[in-house]
Amino acid sequence: MTTAAFACLMVISLIGYIWNRQAATAIRQDGARLHSLVGFHGAYSLLVVLVPALVLILLWLLLQGPLIDALLKSGIRTELDGLGSGEVQLVVAEIKSIARGVVFGTPEPWKMDAAQRLTDLQARSGQMLLVLVAALSLALVLFSRRKVTAEFRARHGVERIISGLMIGCSIVAIFVTLGIVASLMFETSKFFAKVSVIEFLFGTNWEPQIPLREDQVAAEGAFGWLPVMIGTLVITVIALVIAVPVGLMSAIYLNEFAPRRFRAVAKPLLEILAGVPTVVYGFFAILVVAPAIRTFGQSLGLDVSPNTALAAGGVMGIMLIPFISSFADDALSAVPQSLRDGALGLGATRAEMMTSVLFPAAIPGIVGGVLLAVSRAIGETMIVVMAAGLIAKMTLNPLDSVTTVTVQIVTLLIGDTSFDNPKTLAAFALGMMLFIVTLIINIFALRIVRKYREAYD
Amino acid sequence: MYDLPTLENNVTTETLKFTARDVHVYYGESEAIKGVDVDILDNTVTAFIGPSGCGKSTFLRCLNRMNDTIPICRVTGDIRLDGQDIYDRSIDPVQLRAKVGMVFQKPNPFPKSIYDNVAYGPRIHGLANTRADLDVIVEKSLRRAALWNEVKDRLDTPGTGLSGGQQQRLCIARAVATQPEVLLMDEPCSALDPIATAQVEELIDELRQDYSVVIVTHSMQQAARVSQKTAFFHLGHLVEFGETSHIFTNPSDERTESYITGRIG
Repeated sequence: MTTAAFACLMVISLIGYIWNRQAATAIRQDGARLHSLVGFHGAYSLLVVLVPALVLILLWLLLQGPLIDALLKSGIRTELDGLGSGEVQLVVAEIKSIARGVVFGTPEPWKMDAAQRLTDLQARSGQMLLVLVAALSLALVLFSRRKVTAEFRARHGVERIISGLMIGCSIVAIFVTLGIVASLMFETSKFFAKVSVIEFLFGTNWEPQIPLREDQVAAEGAFGWLPVMIGTLVITVIALVIAVPVGLMSAIYLNEFAPRRFRAVAKPLLEILAGVPTVVYGFFAILVVAPAIRTFGQSLGLDVSPNTALAAGGVMGIMLIPFISSFADDALSAVPQSLRDGALGLGATRAEMMTSVLFPAAIPGIVGGVLLAVSRAIGETMIVVMAAGLIAKMTLNPLDSVTTVTVQIVTLLIGDTSFDNPKTLAAFALGMMLFIVTLIINIFALRIVRKYREAYD
Repeated sequence: MYDLPTLENNVTTETLKFTARDVHVYYGESEAIKGVDVDILDNTVTAFIGPSGCGKSTFLRCLNRMNDTIPICRVTGDIRLDGQDIYDRSIDPVQLRAKVGMVFQKPNPFPKSIYDNVAYGPRIHGLANTRADLDVIVEKSLRRAALWNEVKDRLDTPGTGLSGGQQQRLCIARAVATQPEVLLMDEPCSALDPIATAQVEELIDELRQDYSVVIVTHSMQQAARVSQKTAFFHLGHLVEFGETSHIFTNPSDERTESYITGRIG
């Protein structure tokens, strides 16, 4: 029935388009000067019909489910009396499956009746939707047809509706973000009801092993986020120490010094790096880099753990190289040719031109790229899940095993969980902190970019 | 309008600065300059005129090897600065460009302060040992470019914040600060209003005391006002080269006359 409603709407709106267009054409052929092109008269009708009708269909689809459920339950109120909410849900699900024709055993007759009523309700809802959509769209077609005159500003109307749609789209994005933050905050507040904020923010011990059931034997649990966050920072710093110099140098070389043929080969190759899935980087870290670091470290007599921060951070750094290099390359390419000419014309070498003119001019773009890379490194999950450790240690030693915020969120949420346990809720608190840290970095990035931005005209 | 400068007053020396013989320039397959011979004198303003695409800017860019930065560009022939072949292997284009400064069509100040813009050349070439020396060079250059009085109180503000005419004079100051022997100007006034143009033209006339100036221009009035020698380019050929007063009053080639009187262009 919904499909029929859609089809009906399409046909009617198309008729509206053609009708308005022809009406406008007729006015023009009578010799009058139209304010708007005939196409705008058609588009006006199309939009005036489509937008409200689509909103109606959307609302109907959203609301009919709960409404039908409520009607169904009120019909079998006596039978449901005295049942818990879980049992009611089971009964409703059984009725629904009967209505779909899936019958297990021999259900009670009242359930069969209820299923029959459900089918009727659904059919009626579909019919009502079809009728309503048809009526609304026809009314709107007539409304917009009556508007067609030589003076009617159809173009303004179309522009207003389209800008309204654009506003709507941006509002959707904003509300989704707010929704995510709100849900995160809700769960986080539940966590902080069980664990004190002070302990979480300043505690140096992270041992989220907590009994899920009364009879389980486990430690009491400790929720200090500092060791986890320090693990994230250690790995991020290692990643950047590798990615920033390599990425910048390769961008500078490719942008200014590389022969064109080399650039044509090297740049796509570098971009392939960006296309490698992070899981594959994880393999690489755990199978190649970590053993290599361990062997090398042991040959020097160092104590290297199997899951080193160095391996995870190093591979993450490799992952970030194309990111930084392509940002820096874009920023350098955006510096106008006239500045290059100006520096060269004064007798600057290409190196002097690069360091004293191009690079400073490209700094905002480069800093933006680096800080985006930082955000990615902090939020990166797969590589560290595979290559970093699970035990939180308060250490800055890159040869030791550390864990990260993202790794902990993953381990807290897989396996047996229950959503009122501090162990599970701790994942949301960590997510919240991660969100705040990246937010601060992004704000900082925007400030730097704005401060050093230079306008070229 | 200024009167046409006369030969006797303006050409003070006859020292040769540049000599170009049989210069050809190719962009890939197409030949942009087809065998140009020209002599450029010291302490003289030489104007290159001609219709768009005739190769005058390309030829100008040969004189400080700026064409080297264009990968597909190839230059043949013989160009000598003070008798030295500038396309010789032993010549470092970077040092050549320090001697042969260039001012571009569009003002292109660096996104740095006014002071740093002017100090750029002296810094990279090590012309000043102390900050005080550098201050002197910057002030002198800005005075030469007739910009000092307008910017002396805001030397640390960005050069990109100046008006178009001021920016172009800043670029001239920047070129002068490097203490070049020759100054190449590629349509330096095309982005300027008449007042700024007049200021720059006045400046060019003063610069002639110390430098050899080569200017590419689309404005024949400008060529007549500022130059002593004029070269007329057409379709990659140097059609006519001689005293400005002679070219503008009594051109010997028919094409020159047509261009000056506005029949081709």
